[in-house]
Amino acid sequence: MTQDFLQFIFSGLTSGAIYALIALGFCVVHNTMGIVNFTQVDFVSLGGMLLYSALFSVGLSMPIALLAAVFGVSLVAMFVERVGIRPARSTDPLVLIFLTIGLSIILRGVMALLWGKNRMAVPSLTSDDPLRLLNAAIMPQTLWILALTAIAIALLAWFYRRTRLGLMMRAVATNPRAAAVVGLPLGRVRMLTFGLAGALGGLAGVLVTPITTLSHDVGVLLGLKGFAAAILGGFGSLPGAIIGGLGLGLLESLSAGYISSAYKDVCAFVVLLLVLFVRPKGLMGR
Amino acid sequence: MLDVISVCRNFGGLPALSDVSFSLQRGRVTALIGPNGAGKTTMINCITGVDIPDAGRVDFAGEDITGLPAYRVARLGISRTFQNLKLFPRLSVIDNVLCGLTVQGGQSMLGALLRPPRVRNRERRLRLRAMAALDRFGLTELADWPVDVLAYGDRKRVELARAVVSEPRLILLDEPVAGLNHEETATVAKEIRALRAQGYTLLLVEHDMDLVMRVSDHVVVLDGGRCIAGGTPDEVRRNPLVLEAYLGRTGALA
Repeated sequence: MTQDFLQFIFSGLTSGAIYALIALGFCVVHNTMGIVNFTQVDFVSLGGMLLYSALFSVGLSMPIALLAAVFGVSLVAMFVERVGIRPARSTDPLVLIFLTIGLSIILRGVMALLWGKNRMAVPSLTSDDPLRLLNAAIMPQTLWILALTAIAIALLAWFYRRTRLGLMMRAVATNPRAAAVVGLPLGRVRMLTFGLAGALGGLAGVLVTPITTLSHDVGVLLGLKGFAAAILGGFGSLPGAIIGGLGLGLLESLSAGYISSAYKDVCAFVVLLLVLFVRPKGLMGR
Repeated sequence: MLDVISVCRNFGGLPALSDVSFSLQRGRVTALIGPNGAGKTTMINCITGVDIPDAGRVDFAGEDITGLPAYRVARLGISRTFQNLKLFPRLSVIDNVLCGLTVQGGQSMLGALLRPPRVRNRERRLRLRAMAALDRFGLTELADWPVDVLAYGDRKRVELARAVVSEPRLILLDEPVAGLNHEETATVAKEIRALRAQGYTLLLVEHDMDLVMRVSDHVVVLDGGRCIAGGTPDEVRRNPLVLEAYLGRTGALA
């Protein structure tokens, strides 16, 4: 009984952590640019793809390949902003959001071209021998996911609070007009924001693809869940993204465990809708 | 220092500025006055890159800055405050002022994350400068408060601190005493004179004639988007055109 419960909690936290990372990526961009960036879902797939190539084409060791993949996605994300979004010179959120949908389709196409459409297997960070905790079996990958997500969140919080670049991003988020007049380079801040979102999405992809298997569109469903998590938490709120992600993950695994795994998505989204009926701004929204 | 040359700006066919020219002298306080809708704020928007003139040009220290984006103008050393405050809500007072220091040069993502000693030292120095600016405007105790909970007068001083902290070459003040009481106005007047004594160049847009007459070296009068007079406060005070167009109508001339 407790053993099952623990098992469900752990699997919920695992997927929840992934949703939280993706949701954070959505929020980071939303906060500086006021848009929903749909290329976020492809950053997840790309993270897995780059890890795969770094391991098997370049032959890097796992820790280095992981860093390289995350950094690579970050670079691609900045490139996407610089080449795909900034030239539009638009501040209309609707235009920009449609632009990210188009860019997302292009990214998926490019990934399908470069890596093919077959599903691929990515190895876990360390061994696949489960650990035992109170009779529940825990995969080491689960612990890696939780640990690296926690580190990423701590780094993000520190970055926002303690560095001047983080301060610049917060300033642009609260008042872009004032930011420009004070001399903040809006374009560069936005590009770096995309880089940050890319790193978060890439990390999610690197961590999750050993579990889900890898394909050029693996990020789409995960990204949708991450988006839902961000809304659940209150879109734009960083603590909300974390709580929303973990909450959605737990809801899914508990409803799969105790009700029916066939309906796990349904249960999760019904609760999501109920929360939003009662509190349209999300759990932590202002 | 700053030369505005035949600047025109229309909003949907309505001229907000037509053929406006004036110059600011280094180390002087110049006031830009005129009745509501005379185009004062449009003028300083055109100077700071918030708005772009339809015709004419703006030169700063011999360089054409017409149409430069706002952040580039700020980086050349022109800072400003706003009539209706443009602070960063939810950020603390000290963080708001620190943002005024970002003109001191960019920072790379890697530098921000790895923080080599060079970066860390620089950030410490910038923080000290921001604290000094807070001290100067009596905001030290409020340093960690989010600006949106502050009183109006305090928020105005935060904006002033943010404009001054980078030691800009030119400071534009858009109605710095609007909404302030007598006592606070006197403090701002003292601040303006102190800045002038330090060698700063200021452009002051203001409705408070008393303040304008007390602190400025030179006054430029706009009316209906045209520059109708310019001179020392005394000359402007006696100019019949000004009396008729502006001061006569309000009778505010002391």
